Amino acid sequence: MSLRTLAAILALALVGSTCGRAEKGEVRVAAPTRYGFGRPATAAEVRAWDIDVMPDGTGLPPGSGAASQGAAIYARKCAACHGKTGTEGPFDRLVGREPRERFPFGRDPRLVKTIGNYWPYATTLYDYINRAMPLDAPGSLKPNEVYSLVAFLLSRNEIIADTAVMNAATLPRVVMPAHDRFVTDTRRGGPEIR
Amino acid sequence: MTDGPISRRALLAGAAGALGAQALERAGLPVPQDPTKVPGTPVSPLGQRSPFERPRRVPVGTGQGISLTPLQNLSGIVTPADLHFERHHAGVPAIDPQRYKLLIHGMVERPTMFDLEALKRFPSVSRLCFLECSGNGFPSYRDIRPDLTPQLVDGLTSTSEWTGVLLSTLFRDVGVKPGARWFLAEGEDAAVMARSIPLEKASDDAMIAYGQNGEALRPEQGYPARLLVPGWEGNANVKWIRRIEIADRPFMTREETSKYSDPLPDCTARLFSFAMDAKSVITFPAYPVTLPDKGWWEIEGLAWSGRGRVRRVDVSTDAGRHWAPAELQQPVLPKCHTRFRYLWTWDGGDTTLLSRAADETGYVQPTLDELRQARGRGTTYHFNHIRAWTVRRDGTVVFGLEG
Ligand code: HEC
Repeated sequence: MSLRTLAAILALALVGSTCGRAEKGEVRVAAPTRYGFGRPATAAEVRAWDIDVMPDGTGLPPGSGAASQGAAIYARKCAACHGKTGTEGPFDRLVGREPRERFPFGRDPRLVKTIGNYWPYATTLYDYINRAMPLDAPGSLKPNEVYSLVAFLLSRNEIIADTAVMNAATLPRVVMPAHDRFVTDTRRGGPEIR
Repeated sequence: MTDGPISRRALLAGAAGALGAQALERAGLPVPQDPTKVPGTPVSPLGQRSPFERPRRVPVGTGQGISLTPLQNLSGIVTPADLHFERHHAGVPAIDPQRYKLLIHGMVERPTMFDLEALKRFPSVSRLCFLECSGNGFPSYRDIRPDLTPQLVDGLTSTSEWTGVLLSTLFRDVGVKPGARWFLAEGEDAAVMARSIPLEKASDDAMIAYGQNGEALRPEQGYPARLLVPGWEGNANVKWIRRIEIADRPFMTREETSKYSDPLPDCTARLFSFAMDAKSVITFPAYPVTLPDKGWWEIEGLAWSGRGRVRRVDVSTDAGRHWAPAELQQPVLPKCHTRFRYLWTWDGGDTTLLSRAADETGYVQPTLDELRQARGRGTTYHFNHIRAWTVRRDGTVVFGLEG
């Protein structure tokens, strides 16, 4: 059944019940399917805001970068908050692999999550740096800079080679170490504690 | 969550929340001996709290920090808007309502731009519901200390009456294409906060809210408009919403992978754990309160469930050996704070007070051990286990099981 037919039936049902129960003089109108209060968004408006990047690479812009270029940008724009090698802080540690062949985050409260040991998708790195970093100048990086920083952080996490070039074709193909660790939520209410 | 030092003074001031007359007079606010003998202050365009009342949030961290609601100062179920907890990742943006726009695009028939007036012209709905950060309760799971107040334990939950337009109404207007399953909600803050939400939530009860407790949203709560996904973790209720993109799969943003996912003891991590399970906390008596003498005391607290109504709250005044049902203040609303009360005669001895909520799905708030069994000690969100307050013989009350 199309939405329109459904709406028509609902409208009839509403009118029907109104006839039965309405107070004298009361008029009720059925709601339309569409109100049309917004205005069409232009392609330019969508392009200006549509910044998200999906795991299959949808949304990645043209451009590219490698770790060597990323290292220079990182030293200038990121190291003050994330440390010279991405491990010193003061803010989120960005570099680190879990040497144990497991994923013991649930069991070990001391373990610190990083791109290398926890992030399931490499594309998320592009998306996040592009939208939110550096914290003091969000949205200021050009695509080549973001690709370079992504390449730098992935290579420091020993996920890609130092020389690998990241672009819209290569980044979605990077498989993250923790990729297979994520499961869906099975909590459903009811007596079981999950 | 950002941890940081909380000054003891801020903490105690927040916990007390009220000032004495002498303090006010010292501060230059005259308080007459007999108010019936002098005319009072005239009418005014904007009301103020009594100068005797000083409830305060406790802010922790800078910029992308948290600010906790003083649960111990509240009565009933509604949180005053200026005491609603705060959590944001890059500060509170200043947004001009005249320039505000919401874009809905992606798998839709008609990519559409709505301004605030357009949003308000749609049929509106109001509902009371709680909002809780999924990191709420972190110290009670991973950093148990006796000097925790209800505010510091659970102050990342608040209840408001929210007014707005149902997402299902907006989605009918733009025409969702077949095959769509998720949508991205994105904010206009400096974090450009982004979360993927299953489309079913839009047909259920999600809305774009622009009203809070009878007025416009507070800036900290998303002014001029936010997503509201009742019963789901706070972060998914994207504030300052400016864009919704409808898609056939989730976007896997940083806030739904690196953050807001739940490591489990079986070496996996749970994605998209939206619902806040049933929970309760006693807000009186609680640290730093001291009970001056034994006898009748009303134990009070809040209970809530992201899956529907609270069915019952049981209270134990003997560390869990016996439980008895608390009284629930009516009306009990789905996905909303519910106040419970339990009349207790304290015999003056050492004891521990507990509360345990159950919701209409049959879920019962677990013990700390049960939750740790299910989630592991290293998990970082959704801490809804039973909280304990220990009452000592001298009347002092501290957080956590003692001994
Ligand atoms: C002024 C301090 C500051 C600067 C400069 C900064 N960051 Fe950050 N970064 C932060 C903070 C704080 C967070 C955590 C934000 C949050 O949790 O909302 C963060 C988080 C991140 C994360 C996510 C970490 C995780 O595991 O979830 C990445 C990746 C990141 N930053 C990359 C960068 C890059 C690349 C740069 C340089 C272009 C940069 N940052 C510059 C403060 C900074």
